[in-house]
Amino acid sequence: MEYQEAKDKIVEELTKKLKTKSKFYFNDLAKIIETKPRDAKKIVNQMVTEGILEYWSSGSTSMYGLPGTGKQASAEGEE
Amino acid sequence: MAKHKTPLLDQLESGPWPSFVSDLKQQAEKRAKNVEGIEFQIPVDVVDDLLGLLELSFKQGRTHWKHGGIVGVFGYGGGVIGRYCDQPQMFPGVAHFHTMRVAQPGGKFYTSEYLRQLCDIWDLRGSGITNMHGSTGDIIFLGTTTPQLEEIFFELTHNMNQDLGGSGSNLRTPADCIGQARCEYACYDTQDLCYDLTNEYQDELHRPAFPYKFKFKFDGCPNCCVASIARADMSFIGTWKDDIKIDQKAVQAYIGGELVPNGGAHSGRDWGKFDIQKEVIGLCPTGCMVMDGKTLKINNRECTRCMHCINVMPRALRIGNERGLSILAGAKAPILDGAQMGTLIVPFIEAEAPYTKIKETVIEPIWDWWMEEGKNRERLGELMKRQGLQKVIEVLGVDPDPRMVQEPRSNPYIFWKEDEVPGGFERDINEFRKHHLR
Repeated sequence: MEYQEAKDKIVEELTKKLKTKSKFYFNDLAKIIETKPRDAKKIVNQMVTEGILEYWSSGSTSMYGLPGTGKQASAEGEE
Repeated sequence: MAKHKTPLLDQLESGPWPSFVSDLKQQAEKRAKNVEGIEFQIPVDVVDDLLGLLELSFKQGRTHWKHGGIVGVFGYGGGVIGRYCDQPQMFPGVAHFHTMRVAQPGGKFYTSEYLRQLCDIWDLRGSGITNMHGSTGDIIFLGTTTPQLEEIFFELTHNMNQDLGGSGSNLRTPADCIGQARCEYACYDTQDLCYDLTNEYQDELHRPAFPYKFKFKFDGCPNCCVASIARADMSFIGTWKDDIKIDQKAVQAYIGGELVPNGGAHSGRDWGKFDIQKEVIGLCPTGCMVMDGKTLKINNRECTRCMHCINVMPRALRIGNERGLSILAGAKAPILDGAQMGTLIVPFIEAEAPYTKIKETVIEPIWDWWMEEGKNRERLGELMKRQGLQKVIEVLGVDPDPRMVQEPRSNPYIFWKEDEVPGGFERDINEFRKHHLR
């Protein structure tokens, strides 16, 4: 899959799911672009370098998300 | 004078063991006095606030650390673990308290100059609190703020020629034993293999694409000083193919008392005269040793490399000459399914640089399989358990070997594959009906 096409697909899917989810496992991204993990890694890393995706880490697990997204105070019923 | 009162933490200092609370108090005082005149780049009272926060957690029985975060250095998805506190007004010193993991030197060989440099960076740009070393084996810097991360990374890489370690769903910082540098039992150069694989797999170390963590550990011999067999997803344990070398004169010297057993390690107490039958031969797990008159004999085919006889009589018994390593996979701690020890997947492989065979026929096929088939947060050992040893053997493209099997099978069912059955699963239904009515 071409980089541009893969990038658009990932951004579109992640944006669609934003209401319920803001962090995604690497495997979720590889599934979106239907690519083997090693090739998907190149695409995902390129997107991180360009600032389209960002890493999130709990320390033990790493995930990916669109920058600036995540659980906001309003989503938890707070002002 | 301490910034926060900590009666509950103070109790922890009353036991017989050294207490981290005392260490933290000492560090808090050191920062407050600042005799060296360091221009602290993060709050001076970071350690005071850490103690205060911990006291509050003890009092309330709940944590005040938030879970994870989006910190890191540019281009790296590991090595920095974001930690934020949910009471920043009460404890501003630990509002940001990120952890940094730094790759440790091979075999943990340090020079005092290098240790000073590490401490200088961390006193200036962090809390000064370290964990030497984390259970992964790396140097852990505890507590700094986001703006300091790139600065620390720059100084580590440019001035100390040192890199960050692994965290998250990455290859974790590989760890090795001291190996041939100081140990005569080492069957291969652990530090060279560890260094080589660390460089080779930089991308896996810094850019997370695995389902979960993955650890390499290197033990020079089956004594397993870094406990790779219990802790590493892939452990490399030195072994030999030929016979244990026996110096019969030295055996007699141990029996006669001229040489002290265990290299004198238990000499603090009088254990009586050395008894080779009781202390060595009788303890051999496979019973493969015998004294024939004055000659010690070993049936090497039965030896399982427990290392006990060599450890007790190192001058008399030495590792063989045809050396290499065994590779085990799937060890892990008990989050899911309980703890697991490594399973032997490669009984013997040569360990000569550039280690192409190890990389191309073992590590990479295993990774490809795990990356494709592993579920999110599934360790290699769990995948091996889920899909079975048969699948692992298929992935590696090797023949099954009795040494991979822990015990005879108890499951009476055998699931054959079509290509393993003569004639396959296809049958001529008309031919079948000639003998079996509908």
